[in-house]
This record gives sequence, C-alpha cells and structure tokens, in this order.
Amino acid sequence: MTEITREAMDYDVVIVGAGPSGLSAAIRLKQIDPALEVVVLEKGSEVGAHILSGAVLDPVGLATLFPDWKDKGAPVTTEVKEDNFYMLSASGKVRIPNWPMPKLMSNHGNYIVSMGNVCRWLAEQAEELGVEIFPGMAASQIVWDTNEDGSPRVAGVVAGEFGREPDGSIGANYEPGLELRGKYVFFGEGVRGSLSKEVIAKFDLSAGKEPQKFGLGMKEIWEIDPAKHREGTVSHTMGWPLGKNAGGGSFIYHAENNQVFIGLVTHLNYENPHVFPYMEFQRLKHHPMIADLLEGGKRVAYGARAISEGGYQSLPKLSFPGGVLLGCSAGMVNVPRIKGNHNAMLSGIAAAEAAAGAIAAERAGDELTAYETAIHEGPVGKDLKPVRNVKPLWAKLGLMGSLAFGGLDMWTNSLFGFSFFGTLKHGKSDAEATGPADKFEPIDYPKPDGVLSFDRLTNVAFAATNHEESQPCHLKLAQADVPISVNLPKFDEPAQRYCPAGVYEVVEKDGKPEFVINFQNCVHCKTCDIKDPSQNITWTTPQGADGPNYPNM
Amino acid sequence: MKILVPVKRVIDYNVKVRVKSDGSGVDLANVKMSMNPFDEIAVEEAVRLKEKGIATEVVAVSIGVAKSEDALRTALAMGADRAILITAADDVHTDIEPLAVAKLLDKVVEVEEPGLVIAGKQAIDNDMNATGQMLAALLGWGQATSASALEIADGTARVTREVDGGLQVVEVKLPAIVTCDLRLNEPRYASLPNIMKAKKKPLEKMTPADYGVDVTPRLELVKTDEPAARAAGQIVGSVDELISKLKEAGVA
Ligand SMILES: Cc1cc2nc3c(=O)[nH]c(=O)nc-3n(C[C@H](O)[C@H](O)[C@H](O)COP(=O)(O)OP(=O)(O)OC[C@H]3O[C@@H](n4cnc5c(N)ncnc54)[C@H](O)[C@@H]3O)c2cc1C
Ligand code: SF4
Repeated sequence: MTEITREAMDYDVVIVGAGPSGLSAAIRLKQIDPALEVVVLEKGSEVGAHILSGAVLDPVGLATLFPDWKDKGAPVTTEVKEDNFYMLSASGKVRIPNWPMPKLMSNHGNYIVSMGNVCRWLAEQAEELGVEIFPGMAASQIVWDTNEDGSPRVAGVVAGEFGREPDGSIGANYEPGLELRGKYVFFGEGVRGSLSKEVIAKFDLSAGKEPQKFGLGMKEIWEIDPAKHREGTVSHTMGWPLGKNAGGGSFIYHAENNQVFIGLVTHLNYENPHVFPYMEFQRLKHHPMIADLLEGGKRVAYGARAISEGGYQSLPKLSFPGGVLLGCSAGMVNVPRIKGNHNAMLSGIAAAEAAAGAIAAERAGDELTAYETAIHEGPVGKDLKPVRNVKPLWAKLGLMGSLAFGGLDMWTNSLFGFSFFGTLKHGKSDAEATGPADKFEPIDYPKPDGVLSFDRLTNVAFAATNHEESQPCHLKLAQADVPISVNLPKFDEPAQRYCPAGVYEVVEKDGKPEFVINFQNCVHCKTCDIKDPSQNITWTTPQGADGPNYPNM
Repeated sequence: MKILVPVKRVIDYNVKVRVKSDGSGVDLANVKMSMNPFDEIAVEEAVRLKEKGIATEVVAVSIGVAKSEDALRTALAMGADRAILITAADDVHTDIEPLAVAKLLDKVVEVEEPGLVIAGKQAIDNDMNATGQMLAALLGWGQATSASALEIADGTARVTREVDGGLQVVEVKLPAIVTCDLRLNEPRYASLPNIMKAKKKPLEKMTPADYGVDVTPRLELVKTDEPAARAAGQIVGSVDELISKLKEAGVA
C-alpha cells in the first residue's frame, strides 16, 4: 500500500473519546490553565451518539468539576426517590428489603440521567472553555515515537480518515485525516477501547493483574402510560430469566417525560454457548411485573454496550510513556453499585491535574505517575477497593451465595475497611470461560410478539445505526476460516447469538455453512472482541460518524 | 458568479421517525439532526463549480433554529466560503413553511445578487418539494428542478432531469434556480482539516425581522400519523392454497 502523508497538528493534550471521562479531563485542563490547547475526538456523529449507560449517576464527579452544576443547568434533575430490588422467578417476584444492603449500595442523592445528554451538556461546557471537540472523527491509529533510549512512546493519534474502498485501497473521495500530536494523549474510549487495547498490549499494562471481565448491557427506552410512570423510581432485578445460564440482572429506571429506561446486563463469563443475551432481554419484558409496566407503551430506542466488571484487581497500569487510560478504557466500574460514570469523570479530572502539572513543569511525553497514584489513593480507589470481591464471589458461589457473602463482604469492607477474603481472583477471561456446545442444552427462546418484545433486526433500526457500505469491514478476523472450522463445530458459533445487533450469521451456501458479517448493523458494543471463544475477532473503528445515533441513551 | 445554497437542518436520515403521542407532529426531542441530504448534494455541486472556476463564491444560508449553525458549519467545511444563519424559530418542532423560506431567500438574493441558486429538491422531513419553485416565482427567474446533471455555459444552465421513462434536458438562462436530485453527485466528506478551517470562516447571524419577513405559519397541521404497521405475512403450503387465499383477500 502506498505511504499516506498527512498534515500534523500539535496540541498540549489529545483526548480520544467524548464520554464522561474524556470530557471531564478536557474541562479540567481548561479550568486549570485556559491557555492549554486541548482537542477531543469522537467517533459518533455527534457527542452522545455512541453513549449508552443506565444510568443512575452519583454526582460526585460532576460536583468536583462544577460545584455549581445545579445552577448551570446540567441535565441532572431526576433525583432517585425510591430504590427497589427484586428477585424474579418466571412469574413471581420477591422484593428484597433495603435494610440488609450496605450503605454504599444506597442510591440516596443519586440521579436518573441520560448520560448521552449529560455528555452533550459537558461538551457545551467544554467548548465554552475553548476545548476543540470534533465529533464524527474516529481515532483509528496510534502515532508512535521513540525515546532517546529507543523505547516507544505514544505521540498522538490519526483521526478523520475517510474514503477507503472495501479492499482497503484509496477511493475517489479519500481523505487521509490528520495526525493529532499531544504532549500527552488520553484514551477515554470507554470499555474495550480499540486503541486502548493496543496500548495495553504494547506496554503490557495488564501484567500481574487479573483479566478484565465484562458484561453485555442492552437497553431500551420506553415511553409508558403516564398513569404507571413513577419518576425517580429505580428497580433492579436478579434471577429470572438468566437464572443458572448466566449471571446478570436488569435495571428499570423511571426517568423524566414518562420514559422508562429498561435494560439487562448479562455477564459475559457464561459457559453455555447457547445463551442468547438478546433473547434473554426480550423475554425479561414478559415477566408480569414488567409487562404490566410496559403495556400500552412504546419502545422509542434500543442499543447495547459492554460494561467492564473486573473491578479493582483487573485495573491495568494506567500510565505509560506519552499518555494514560481514563475511565472504562481501564475498567473503573463499581460492580455492585453498577456505576462507572462517576469514576470515569473523577479519573478524567485526576489525569487532567497530573498532565497540567507536568506541562507546567515543561515535561512532555513521559509517564504521568501522579495520575496512577491519584487513582489508587484517591476517591476512585476508595470506591473500587471495598467491593473488589463481589464479582469473584458471584462467579464462585452463584447468585444467592454471593448475595449473602458478597453482601457480608461489602458490609465488613464498608464498616471496617477490610475483607475476610483478601483479594479474590477472577480466573479465566470471558472468552476462555465459554464451554463446548455439546456439553450444554440448547435453550428454547420464545418468539418475540412484536408488542413487548421484538426481533433483533427490528430493534436495531431503533439504534439508528448505519455504516457507509463501501468501506473495509471494521470487524477483522485474524483467521477467516476459524468461525466455520473451529467455532461452529465446537461452540455452535456463539457470535450468532452474543451480538446484540445480529451482525454475525452462519448461512448455508451451496450446501456448506458460510460466515457472514453484516457490519452495517454494528452498534459498537465491543462484545465480539471480548467473547469470541477463539479470540479471532478484533473490533476496529469504521469511518467517523458511522455507528449508532443514540438519542438520550 | 456567486452561488447561493440554502441548507436545512432536518431529522437525520438514519433515525426512525416517531410521531408524538398527541399526534401533533414528529417527536424531535433528543433526536439526531443533520443537513438535509439533498442540500449536501447542492453544496457539493456549488463547490465543484467553484473548483472548476465557474463560480467565484459559494454562500450557504440556513433558516431555522439557532442550532442550524451546525448544518452551515458542515457546508463551510465542504467548501462554502461564508454562511448566513437566519434564526427564525426557538423550538425545533417549529417548521418554517416553504413560502416563508422562499420570501426570506428572495431577500437574501436581493442583497447577495447570486447568479445561481442551487437547492435540494426537497427536505426529507416534510417532503414539500416547493421552496425552489416558490423562490423562482418570487424572483421571476427560470427554474430547473430535480437535476441529475448540471452544466453551466454562456450564461445558461443546462440541466438533465430524471423523468419517468428517461432523461429530459432543459436549458435555463441565468440567473436561475436549480434544485438537485439524488444522482447529481456524491458529496465529499467534510474532512477534519476543513472542519477546523470552517470554524474560522465568516458566519453572519440574522433574523426574519432584519429582512422584514413574517414567518407566521399559514398552514394548519391537522394530524400526524405513523404508517399502519404491516400485517403479518402468511406462509402457504401450495399453489392451490395461495390462490384460494388470494381469492379470499379479493385480489384474484
Ligand atoms: C447497560 C449499562 C448500564 C450502565 N449503568 C450505569 C449506571 O447506572 N450508572 C453509572 O454510573 N454507570 C453505569 N454504567 C457504566 C458507565 O456507562 C461507564 O462506566 C461509562 O460510560 C464510562 O465512561 P467512559 O468515558 O470511560 O467511556 P464511554 O462512556 O464509553 O465513552 C467513550 C466515548 O469514546 C468514543 N470513542 C471510543 N473509541 C474511540 C475512538 N477510537 N475514536 C474516537 N472516539 C472513540 C465513544 O464513541 C464514546 O463516545 C453502565 C454501563 C452500561 C453498558
Ligand atoms: S459486531 Fe461486535 S461490536 Fe458490533 S454490535 Fe455485534 S458484538 Fe457489538
């Protein structure tokens, strides 16, 4: 391929991703020193287009950024009024009272928000402060540089490349994009970031850490009968429909404007390759408690995104020469609280403070160790450490056991600051956890009824996702034959089921099975990159502005 | 020659359109908006004419909410030289009707004196397909609608139009209005360097009052309905069954 030449632009800090972590970092940098040149690149067509979260927001990060956030008109107005926790069976439910829950699980003082809208608002604040934000621009490559001693350092990223033909060659409308170089580069790509993954591998940042763990979160926004709507009510469920097949649970948040945010998180360490997370989500809505709530309502939007669940022991090293990992690019979700947005914001703030200090001292391109320390010893570490054993206990003891022991562990941690268990290990990665198809029973899922439940392709239309067809497929197979030669016989190719957008299909052609990738449908959840048992799929960025166009997700 | 290109910010073509529960219109709250695809084609055509040396300046104009500035910035990034934003509504749900838009454009033409106006043939939100024609009538200019090819020579625009069953070629004397169809060109990407440069290009902010135009709606929207859901299909076992089903349905 011909060598591409591109213009380069220099900044103080280059930030990849306009999520809560990246935007908070940008804002903090400008608050500390308005003269700093800060650029944010976002692959979504606009800020918020690729943001999907629950979300119940702990406003601690927001308040650190803007103590006067309420007066500034942040779209954070629906305070949590009621917090329920249910254990579901196929037709019944048991409400678990709140009192045995440790204090750190309480949602008092938290808000039901659309993180998409929070990010849109944060972007406005950032632009007012002079941050340059470029939506529709995917950062597709890392720009490497070499230190004097020959060791590598991150110097920037390439963004805004458009117009390659499906075979990778250069098309008529080709735009090479730009090299954006920074004294420091922040990766705020969220869970399983494509460039973050490269950086983690290059610098071996996960050495000595537990493997990262993930869940797949699917979400719908419903507009429901106002008579049934109870703004400020938060409910979580466990048990049915996942039951023994997989860990996970649902969330049901009554947001403003008669909308309900409903979702199901399926832990991706499930063994049974027949598990079909999307269909689990669809049948969840037929539980009498939920069906009753949604009946007469309308599904307004659908989407999916992976969520990091490894917690404290899976955090990679956060700094490396030339940059840092922010938020869920590292995996800062507090699993029992199912919250990561506050830590994403706090991590952005901490990274900004470290970088601004270094730049003021005329440093550039080195390691921001002050950030690493700030995360482990500051509020993020304090949030993540006490709950580090909940997830491994869940994996070991199953649902009820983990509720008992995990709850106990959180209690002792929250009261006395220690754990009976020390720090537990996660063991296998989610991909490795997948078992052979013949060892497990196939699962018979009911057909969607088109009223409460929908088939995948119908629902994907409500993610408003699109990809320019004449470009290279952004889902790369390391070996083209593996889906049919290995995954199909051994695991019944689970990609057909774990992908929440129906991107992967096995079809018959001339009497032989063939693997088809409908990349246009991809919603950028990253599950295939995580769960493929052969670890044969790599998610890369398609052209900027492609992918979902989420509303207030 | 100066070219004027009106652009509209509309619901993004990828978004599943949803009618408000009270039937008063399409729900645009939280919905992704972008430049009307036909207008992108218009901007592209104008920029190409400038690149060919036929046009000297491309001016983009948008009429709508303040956020329409986004569509103008895209036009500037694609190569327009400057932009005029006429803020005529506060709420995205307020659609400025074609006649009001045409009257405003008429005034803009009076000031700017372009030799050619290139517009989209219609906006994908209300599909009116009227603004270009109304503007031509107000100006008393020639018009060539739904262009799939455009050539400018010797003070005329030679426009190919796709009509039922073939192509029609019309010639209009300049100044004129040309509206674009889908196949006129393939718009370029707004590249990152050009988006950066676009932030510094001039953008003038105006209101309808500045032009003395009243944009009060003249049309009454009675009701907006979603298309009826498609009835479920049936699988038939044989040709006989198919025929009897068709008879039942009164088709055969
Ligand atoms: C279903 C679900 C429910 C959740 N519920 C809650 C909750 O109730 N409360 C809570 O606090 N947390 C919740 N979380 C977790 C929370 O959403 C994450 O912790 C948070 O989004 C992390 O923020 P981030 O900034 O690190 O990344 P993200 O929010 O993922 O943002 C990353 C941004 O970077 C962009 N990007 C990525 N790669 C590139 C690239 N190469 N080039 C350009 N742009 C790029 C993306 O498009 C995106 O806009 C939930 C998560 C899920 C999936
Ligand atoms: S292809 Fe991969 S990233 Fe895209 S939606 Fe499917 S699982 Fe998610």
